[in-house]
Amino acid sequence: MSIRLGVPSKGRLMDKTFAWFAERGIEMRRTGSEREYAAEVAGADIDLRLLSAGEIPRELASGRIHLGVTGSDLVQERIPAWEQAVEVVAEMGFGHADLIVAVPTCWVDVSTLDDLDAVAAQFRQRHGYRLRIATKYHRLVRDFLREAGVADYRLVDSQGATEGTVAHGTAEAIADITSTGETLRANNLKILEDGLIHRSEATLFRARGAEWTENERGALAEFYEQLGLD
Amino acid sequence: MRDKAAIRAEAEALASVFSEAGAVPVEAPLMLSADTLLDLYGEDIRARAYTTDDPDRGEMMLRPDFTVPVVQSHTENGAEPARYTYLGEVFRKQPAGSGRPTEYLQLGYELFDRTDPARADAEVFALFVKALEGLGLRAVTGDIGILLAAIETLSTTEPRKAALRRHVWRPRRFRALLDRYTGRADPPAGRAALLKAVRKHGVEAVIAGAGPAVGLRGTPEIAERVERLLADADTPPIGTAEAEVLSEILSLRAPLPQACDRLWDMTVDLPGLTQAVERFAARIEALAGAGLDPASLPFEASYGRTTMEYYDGFVFGFLADGRPDLPPVATGGRYDALTAILGDGRAIPAVGGVIRPELVHQLKTGEGAA
Repeated sequence: MSIRLGVPSKGRLMDKTFAWFAERGIEMRRTGSEREYAAEVAGADIDLRLLSAGEIPRELASGRIHLGVTGSDLVQERIPAWEQAVEVVAEMGFGHADLIVAVPTCWVDVSTLDDLDAVAAQFRQRHGYRLRIATKYHRLVRDFLREAGVADYRLVDSQGATEGTVAHGTAEAIADITSTGETLRANNLKILEDGLIHRSEATLFRARGAEWTENERGALAEFYEQLGLD
Repeated sequence: MRDKAAIRAEAEALASVFSEAGAVPVEAPLMLSADTLLDLYGEDIRARAYTTDDPDRGEMMLRPDFTVPVVQSHTENGAEPARYTYLGEVFRKQPAGSGRPTEYLQLGYELFDRTDPARADAEVFALFVKALEGLGLRAVTGDIGILLAAIETLSTTEPRKAALRRHVWRPRRFRALLDRYTGRADPPAGRAALLKAVRKHGVEAVIAGAGPAVGLRGTPEIAERVERLLADADTPPIGTAEAEVLSEILSLRAPLPQACDRLWDMTVDLPGLTQAVERFAARIEALAGAGLDPASLPFEASYGRTTMEYYDGFVFGFLADGRPDLPPVATGGRYDALTAILGDGRAIPAVGGVIRPELVHQLKTGEGAA
């Protein structure tokens, strides 16, 4: 039985993943047409699965794939107690993005979480409901804010165009992924100085709960050797 | 599931103490409005309670405890004073991999009485002592009211006191605020530069210069907080002596009578504490009146500060010392403020607590013991 490896099925993340493995002597290529999501590996005993980056955490958690490449943000958000379910094999040096808390630039009185907490109290008193923070990273944001002792906020779900929610009046602040900060600036938002929740990067994970018989362990050791990993 | 029938039988045996005390059995819905719970407990409740959806009523939560529905049913149709008991499942999400139960029985007793809070506290506590007799549990008591009163005595501004009060239940943030107000920690980064700019150019100009107004929090609101920050910057730090007394209170651990003596000593320097200490002393007397020995009851001033509950006065817990793997077997306390919020201003002083019968069952059978 060979090892099942899940990699992102499209876009720059896929290209860079292929390039990362190619640099280490493992050639991955798509087979069939662009739309078929089929692929193969030359030079290793690997069963390659092209998957949506968002599905890879779930596949890792259930152990249906042995290895998977996806953003560390997605793994930490979607897998409860992720460290018990997966192991970081390699940080791959691309796909960098920071999960941050941002507020309108016109909030001159807010530069830290401490300020955000004070403003949340003021906002609730004045408006009668809790200050809304738009995000799709509910677990990471909630854990982060609890740890920081921020109260009187409410998370509102935003699955896309999160930076726009403030201007549209559906949230007062956001917690989202940014790489260059360009979109934030365009939407007149600024990052809180201590508002970095997670520094995400494309990461190769190993599923602890996948089937690891002697066969798979042997194949894995060989694969790690090819990749120059211990 | 462990022996469910045996646990229920255990619970019913325990419940007899409460029904003999005249408590009326009440039922509560399994699904509660998520909005109410979120408003009370904040977003953290999502990590603790199961959420579901109802087509008509919107987001609902599986009952994480009975306090909210019991208070709601009392404010709607209760007579005073009232004693209630309940027995039913509660549902709590647990940390992944922890193996802790996510649904378990809670047996509770709640007393709504505005006549004599000390006597009410003692009545509830004594009933729990009686119900749990013979299990070898260690009782611990605390009093959030002492902490709130101590904050009140600080010679500082109302906004600073309000900030401290708001974070009594979040010890880390509380400590950070206190360090700042006493001058031990610097104000947040950028604060000085902001205030300097505002003093020079005026608050409106500074806000306008920072970018277009976006979102619901408008210029007047921002300006109002900047004014507060200006006033706060001119506030002298809380004196070291006062901060030390507060730290002393926070770390106070002693049997009830000694704790009371220490608190009386503190009222010499902090006369503002007197009322809270009087209540504390009255409670000790009431506990003695209920047949308990106060000298055998430990007091820990910080007890109850990290629980999710809304306790704001007397708090208590019963711990199985030989079983560090078990959560407290019973907990309770006074929650006057919560009834004010849920009752739409119609506050009714309330005190109560819960027992987890499955833990009692485990202790009796030795199940799971190392």
